[in-house]
Amino acid sequence: MTSEQTMAPVTAQAIQEALLSFLDERIKSSVAVDQDLFKSGLVSSMFAMQLVVYLEERYDIAVIGPDLTLDNFRTVQAMTGLVLRLREAAPAENA
Amino acid sequence: MSTDQPDHRLAIIGGGVMGTNIATLATGFGIPVTLIEVSDDILTATRATIKQKLRHAQLMAALPPGTTPGKLVTSTSLADIADASTVIEAVTEVAETKQQVLAEASAITRQGTTLISNTSCIPIDEMAGWVKRPDELVGVHFMNPSYLIKMVEVIRGPRTSDATMTSVTGLLAALGREALVISDSAGFVINRLLHPLINTAAMLVQEGVASAQVVDGLLEGCLGHSTGPLRTGDLIGLENLVDSLNVLYERRGDESCRPCDLLLEKVREGNLGRKTGRGFYDYGKAAS
Repeated sequence: MTSEQTMAPVTAQAIQEALLSFLDERIKSSVAVDQDLFKSGLVSSMFAMQLVVYLEERYDIAVIGPDLTLDNFRTVQAMTGLVLRLREAAPAENA
Repeated sequence: MSTDQPDHRLAIIGGGVMGTNIATLATGFGIPVTLIEVSDDILTATRATIKQKLRHAQLMAALPPGTTPGKLVTSTSLADIADASTVIEAVTEVAETKQQVLAEASAITRQGTTLISNTSCIPIDEMAGWVKRPDELVGVHFMNPSYLIKMVEVIRGPRTSDATMTSVTGLLAALGREALVISDSAGFVINRLLHPLINTAAMLVQEGVASAQVVDGLLEGCLGHSTGPLRTGDLIGLENLVDSLNVLYERRGDESCRPCDLLLEKVREGNLGRKTGRGFYDYGKAAS
């Protein structure tokens, strides 16, 4: 959407880095990529939806139906996998 | 379970934080909702908010699986509440506004329509004086977000009838909520405890005793609060909090309920909490 995004390739590493930076900024805490954000109490139920919206807007994806489940947002790894899968599944729609 | 309740027809007056919360809860449990607001522009935003809150509820697995969502109708005409089985008033916590809305709602609806106020602080019996059928008025204090928090505070006014209590109990069961019933009092139980706490927390920040993060961190870490008072204030909406504190202060004279300068300053600056993206905390952008 932004020039930065169109220039940067959307790789797993890039998504992870962006997510870690977003989380660091918003919850003021460094997390591990496999850390359960909800079980650790770092992320509230209200912030969960902000994560959904952040990923949708940044990566031009729509998280709908059975994908809209907390398990897909528990860890940075899970979110990265979701973004890659959704971008691969419907690249044309995201254009 | 909610799909077995075809006779509930809910009307909600007010599409702010609580109106959209309750509409999300009801439609998510399969109950049709007619929501009233004052302009089409606001209704457009209201529908978008409810859509997003339904997604939030789904994300948190807070809705009964397999339920067909209840139909959402939005309107700027209060006359469209006439056919509702229950009307929920969720307008601003200002007595004059509530009086006008409740009086009109009770005049439009027929006898036997349960009238719920989602009031934060105004006593039920004070409001019962504004409606045609005081026995049909009951207070239900839904929490925020209503679709995630199961417990509600139900306030039985001195004139609330047994039939109304039966009706509201049935509705809340259909909405998957658990209710604790209390007697009437300004602020009821929750806000009489919570609002002075948030106001005092804001005073501590104002006086430089501690930052918002530290005040909340102490309440969370030492007293086991799941959300600190200032983060809770941001969730409520600081202008709503100030309105409610004013209601409490006017009715109870309790100095701890006089809104502190920092709260008033944030409201003046338009930093109302999560809904505007900034309050005691910075949320980056407006969040529902």
